[in-house]
Amino acid sequence: MFTAGRIKYHLCQLTEKSVGNNGTPLHFLMPALPYSTTFNRRRSFPVPPANHSVTVRRPFPLSHGTTTLGFIFQGGVIAAADTRASAGGLVACPAVHKITPIHSHLVVTSSGSGADCMLWERILAREIRLYQLRHRRRLSIRGAAKLLSFMLHPFKGTEVCVALTLCGWDKELIYVCSDGARLQGDVFSVGSGSPYAYGVLDRELRWTLSKDEAVSLAREAVFRATHRDAYSGNNVDLFLITAKGWNCKHYSLGLA
Amino acid sequence: MLSSHAFGDPGKMKDYHYAGPVEQRFSPYAFNGGTVLAVAGEDFAIVASDTRLSEGYSIHSRDSPKCYKLTDTTVIGCSGFHGDCLTLTKIIDARLKMYKHSNNKMMTSGAIAAMLSTILYGRRFFPYYVYNIIGGLDEEGKGAVYSFDPVGSYQRDTYKAGGSASAMLQPLLDNQIGFKNMEGVQHVPLTQDKAVQLVKDVFISAAERDVYTGDALRVCVITKEGIKEQTVPLRKD
Repeated sequence: MFTAGRIKYHLCQLTEKSVGNNGTPLHFLMPALPYSTTFNRRRSFPVPPANHSVTVRRPFPLSHGTTTLGFIFQGGVIAAADTRASAGGLVACPAVHKITPIHSHLVVTSSGSGADCMLWERILAREIRLYQLRHRRRLSIRGAAKLLSFMLHPFKGTEVCVALTLCGWDKELIYVCSDGARLQGDVFSVGSGSPYAYGVLDRELRWTLSKDEAVSLAREAVFRATHRDAYSGNNVDLFLITAKGWNCKHYSLGLA
Repeated sequence: MLSSHAFGDPGKMKDYHYAGPVEQRFSPYAFNGGTVLAVAGEDFAIVASDTRLSEGYSIHSRDSPKCYKLTDTTVIGCSGFHGDCLTLTKIIDARLKMYKHSNNKMMTSGAIAAMLSTILYGRRFFPYYVYNIIGGLDEEGKGAVYSFDPVGSYQRDTYKAGGSASAMLQPLLDNQIGFKNMEGVQHVPLTQDKAVQLVKDVFISAAERDVYTGDALRVCVITKEGIKEQTVPLRKD
């Protein structure tokens, strides 16, 4: 059990609780339980496998592959991503939203495994909202990044593959990944198409860019990455975060 | 059942030469085939599946539909490993009952989709080998389709195909329902009769080219009047 802020994580207890009665997972036993509250308070985290060496071989591929980027400039923070979700060699979905707003001034770009990112963003949004209700103020971006990093820590070494970039209104960009990295920076690009995006960004990126120049630079960087990377493609989602909140635009790439 | 199908990567040719001793491990998964399809219209939704249950070279049953009715406005189609499909639908039914008893109302399609996502992710490290597609009506009475991957990533769509013939059917649906990759064509909204006919035609094509799809087609049409089912025969070979 570890403590992140004032929220205690009972993950160890959940592991014990979830396997009772000769190894039968508890949620298979339909209600003969004395407390309805315990039963309704469902296990909301997946439990990491107790034995790391024995993993079941999966007969299906999961979605992976992406280009996302974020950078800060004088007018705010830009977050951009492609919209392709690939599973093995197939395009599972051509219109996925890889940039998700957590609240009006915080946006997170996701890359890695699609399901992992979707669920972990949901868990993060819930924890941030609970913090806001308990402490009557919003968690800072650094605090949110730290919270996420600590929540992911028990899953280090497992197959969870999550690489998120938190982009927030106080002009901060923090990269958090399931390997345990938590880095603050001015520009990040994540995913299989990131080398190509970095190439375009490094040429033109300056603090003094105007809003339109920054938007078109981000769009160009993602477009060039989708051109060269097979696992990125389809459209470009773009978010601009300022002190007033986030603003979103979707661009199609034409023939990509 | 030990099946080499469970070990190979889908779509890759296996080399037929001696590659050294291979340890045969018990695989808890099996692939039972089947295709599921869902289409959302203006005020209706259609969920269709074939009814063949196969394993390896055998057919276990010709009458095993993969659409399961959840509520009066929602139907789920599950294909993949039949054992996990059955358990997953039992778990969803139980959770629906619990919600009805605690909240005194039925779950909406969007709520069922969000719940299924967390159920699937709870087994992230030993997933349910099931490709789910939920079709139903949302709170405003419009058609909704939610498609899932085996670990819980989901998205609301207008149409989606899942299961063994999904890679063949999805491009066809993109063209006929999404009007993609066509020039000079009018984007006519889909009527219920046209959609049902399209679904039947699409499954007939799938049965021609996919060995795991065939026998019969079960179509569930969901409207505000309720759920109507029809069964259409397909190729049995």
